[in-house]
Amino acid sequence: MNTSRWFRWVWPAVPIAGALVVTSLLLFLFGAAPFEAFQAMYQGAFGDQSKTLSVLAFWVPLLLSSTGLLITFKAGLWNIGIEGQIVMGAVAASWVALNLEAPSAVLIPIEIVAAMLGGALWAALSAVLKTRGNIHEIFSGLALNSIAIILTNYLISGPWQPPEGGTFRGTAPFQPSALLPLFANSRFSPLSLILAVIAFILVVIALRGTFWGLKLKAIGVNLRSAFLLGVSSEREMILAMMFCGALAGLGGAVRTLSWFDSLRQSISGGIGFMALMVVMLANYRMFLVPPIALFFSAVLSGSITLQLRTQLHSSLGGILTELMVLFVLLFGDWAKLGIFRKKDDDG
Amino acid sequence: MDSSPIILTLASVVLVSTPLIIAVCGEILTERSGIVNLSLDGTMLMAAMTGFIVAFESDSVWIGFLAAMAIGAFFAFIVAFGSIRLRQSQFAIGFVLTLLGDDLSAFLGQNYTRIPGPVVKHYAIPILKDIPIIGPIFFNQNAVVYFAFILVAVTWFWLFRTQPGLRLRSAGDRPEAGFARGVGINFQRYLYTIIGGALVGIAGASYSLNIKIGWSEGITRGLGWIVLAIVIFGGWSPIRGMFGALLFGATKALATYLQRTFPEVSVVAFNAIPWVLMILVLLLVGSDFTERVIMIVPKSLQRPLQRMLRISPPQALGSTFVED
Amino acid sequence: MRIELRDIRKYFGPVKANDGINLVLEGGRIYGLLGENGAGKSTLMKILSGYQPPDTGEILFDDQIQHFSSPADALGKGIGMLYQDPLDVPAFSVNDNYLLGRDQRIVLDYKNASHELQEMTARFGFELDLQSRIENLSLGERQQLELARLLVGGAQVLILDEPTTGISAEQKEVLFGSMRKLAREEGKTLILVSHKLDEVQELCDEALVLQRGKLVGQTDIPCPNEKLVKMMFGQVPERSARPDFDLGEVVLELIDLRVPTYRLTIKDINLTIRQGEIFGFAGLEGSGQRLVLQACAGLLQPDHGKILLDGQDVSSWPYHRMQNAGVGYVADGRLEEGLVAGLTIEEHVELAKPKHSFFINRKVLFAITETKIEQFQIVGRPDSTADELSGGNQQRLLFALLRDNQKSILLENPTRGLDVRSSNWIWDQLNHRREGGTAILFMSSDLDEIFERSDRIAVFSGGNMSRVLETVNTSVEEIGHLIGGQA
Repeated sequence: MNTSRWFRWVWPAVPIAGALVVTSLLLFLFGAAPFEAFQAMYQGAFGDQSKTLSVLAFWVPLLLSSTGLLITFKAGLWNIGIEGQIVMGAVAASWVALNLEAPSAVLIPIEIVAAMLGGALWAALSAVLKTRGNIHEIFSGLALNSIAIILTNYLISGPWQPPEGGTFRGTAPFQPSALLPLFANSRFSPLSLILAVIAFILVVIALRGTFWGLKLKAIGVNLRSAFLLGVSSEREMILAMMFCGALAGLGGAVRTLSWFDSLRQSISGGIGFMALMVVMLANYRMFLVPPIALFFSAVLSGSITLQLRTQLHSSLGGILTELMVLFVLLFGDWAKLGIFRKKDDDG
Repeated sequence: MDSSPIILTLASVVLVSTPLIIAVCGEILTERSGIVNLSLDGTMLMAAMTGFIVAFESDSVWIGFLAAMAIGAFFAFIVAFGSIRLRQSQFAIGFVLTLLGDDLSAFLGQNYTRIPGPVVKHYAIPILKDIPIIGPIFFNQNAVVYFAFILVAVTWFWLFRTQPGLRLRSAGDRPEAGFARGVGINFQRYLYTIIGGALVGIAGASYSLNIKIGWSEGITRGLGWIVLAIVIFGGWSPIRGMFGALLFGATKALATYLQRTFPEVSVVAFNAIPWVLMILVLLLVGSDFTERVIMIVPKSLQRPLQRMLRISPPQALGSTFVED
Repeated sequence: MRIELRDIRKYFGPVKANDGINLVLEGGRIYGLLGENGAGKSTLMKILSGYQPPDTGEILFDDQIQHFSSPADALGKGIGMLYQDPLDVPAFSVNDNYLLGRDQRIVLDYKNASHELQEMTARFGFELDLQSRIENLSLGERQQLELARLLVGGAQVLILDEPTTGISAEQKEVLFGSMRKLAREEGKTLILVSHKLDEVQELCDEALVLQRGKLVGQTDIPCPNEKLVKMMFGQVPERSARPDFDLGEVVLELIDLRVPTYRLTIKDINLTIRQGEIFGFAGLEGSGQRLVLQACAGLLQPDHGKILLDGQDVSSWPYHRMQNAGVGYVADGRLEEGLVAGLTIEEHVELAKPKHSFFINRKVLFAITETKIEQFQIVGRPDSTADELSGGNQQRLLFALLRDNQKSILLENPTRGLDVRSSNWIWDQLNHRREGGTAILFMSSDLDEIFERSDRIAVFSGGNMSRVLETVNTSVEEIGHLIGGQA
């Protein structure tokens, strides 16, 4: 009994180690020494100040999106449409940046509110399609992701084309007062980090300490019982999606107003999907989310340096994180593996 | 006349649509058995990469296709094993595999990008190719294209006119009933998830070996999601799915044509068509709106109208089945 | 074929679903299998039809020991089961559904299938539209198709589980006709699992009665209904003397209520319930009692008639509005409908409060929960999750969650699965509520409970409600008649 409890506790390290082993094998296959490669990745992430700042700059929108997903997962919703919510946040912020002229102190709050609204409304669409149209949020989310990206492409190549002609890459750079103030010579905006930390703390408080969080927990486990206990599941589901969408939209604004300086074709950079993986790997434990998101950002930034040094494709970082999530998903739950090896357990 | 621009365009629409048709047939088989293989976008990239490299090294497109099928089947197997045996969410596994396939294909294929390689040979079917209009569009193509259309017919026949097809559909529609009649539900699900994955593998490889020729990173990115959309708005039927894929190819061609003719107008909005159709069909399926429309028309028209409008997804799609 | 069951036992944890059943069934006879919910009927039939193996015991066909690996295997050996909810595929055409799993050839032979089906339907006088899809058929038609499929599949023994619930009177006549034909002319063995005594009387040659996993009675039919009821329920105790209670104003009034569902439509329900009254719905499971309770709770919408609460028309009010208006509902499945697995007692208490502040005050909540735990004698801590509690404690928790000063409380099987102490405690609580003027409406499959606790009783049978009986003036015999569907 004692051994099994001990084993259960240590077990999740096994799939993580498995992912590292497989990634090392890939490196061997391409003639690189794994230890040096991982070292290069570390150097690439935290080697000097500008690199660390870049990791932070990538971390902020990822953290915002992951924080949002904590809400939807709590309510039992699979918000794969978060990618589109990030994009719509960026689009809304860009609209403000392109159409209003004002000093930063006025413009930036408007941009942020617009971005959060944009993401929230896009998420609400998914939620209403679920509660009223019976469409699973995965399918509506996929469709709305694509439609949001198509809309961006349309805007970039059409109405918001830069005056020198459409390059299909992005709009013209926004007015300087529309951009978030940056730290030193980096793409990291301290303001965005403050907002992300506040958002995370508020979400933790909301989920742990408020009646609303309790309602989400109830509908996430058992819709019918929650309903009979008096919870209006439709309202709470729509609200959960909208809060998540608002945070994702804020993430989109951070991308467009600090990481870039304009609306780009691939504005989200896959951050929404990555956030889904962060929360899956954290296994919905809230306090694991910021470190895992930071780890993901570091791995991705590091693998860019790896590519520069060793000519190995930068997708290696993605592979490492994805293998971790896959292995933890498949083999991380010792209890479910118990079903898988029934004979041992019975003995 | 054979070389009139319209005919040429239509022929290219057919060519470009074939991988989608093949993948749609594969995913229909999988979903009809009750499993959603969400990993298509990543699987297709892996298959396109594997297919090209193996074909390049072996100098045989067919060996390349075989390798692509194996990779597609393997990814599908992970989804089936994870959801049936390990009882994990098939959506989560498929989703992670999507991203993994994307990155892994970019990494493994990094030394083979943008180099010429073997290509599926053009083969016009004698006699049939001389039929006016239809001949040059459908029969002046290559083996992969013919395979796609034969596959549609075979898949349809298999699903709706054979005993194994009934067993497969019972697994996705009412597993309890199938089980009571001796159908091994989870065996069906493994089998058709893997077969479906192998077909998706062929679809992926037919990009790098037939349409875009060669491997480059993200060559099929986005198409896997489109296939999932087509499966839905094609109502889980291979024939409607085929038309869906052709429609998608045609809107692409039309968009290109319009862009060339009116360069000042942006036509990217055309790309949204499959997604809008998908939502509309899901709305039609999920709400009781259709039933109400059907109730209004005269009785004699109700049944044909119902056949036309009522699309029912496999009722047990995405659920697990525990055999007693 | 002669079937023999020897000492069949099947336990689910501490529950003895089948506890040593010995039985011999002869060919050419129709048996009626009777017993209350939980008596072990469905377990026994599942064992006989190959769905579950028994823990111990043997099944013999003509003195040959049989083992079934699956239902399909059992059918191959001659046992077919017709489920209450037919095991067909709604999306299939009639032919596809008929052919599924039947034919070993690859390509389907529709011509032959239609031919066989037509022959079969003609033989038994079934009227079926063979071009239709299963989902467009009525329940009765789906049943006929299943019957045809089982017979063509070689069934020598047919088990029919509640076949007459939800089918029309004509379909019932056709079904009974074909059952007689199968037994008398073809020598097949038929087992009718039923809740309706008059059907058993009408059709069967012999009745078998199960109670608590044991075969407690076996009698030739016809025999008086009273005898069957006694066998099913055991001795029903006299109503214990209870202080009579002065009834107050009318709380709930049902007028010509009709509630349609796919399987069963209840109609012409007229009922008046007063403050402080305890009203019991008797009847066998699935006869319509639950639908009435759900309609009163706002979970089902009537398509005709009215529900009045304190004289106000609330027919179209949704559940949450009814809840706020003072109508409490306690469903049968505790962890499915009522409690949320994984949530603690504390969290349940918070969720069920009528008024909430934005933040949860943990200290206050802890204190409230502790009082409730003590008051309702729940064995558990405030941070115990609902699924960790025993059945009795889950029920206590559900009672702890009911709001104060309810106008009416609706309960489904309030003491099912509870020991005597918990049951008595539950009823003490309810009696206490009624003294405060709450009207209590409950359904129970335990006739003892109905007699013991109710002031008045209505009996349901096939969606119809009997006349209202005063408990002091009625008898088990009368209830037996009404449960059997006789007026």
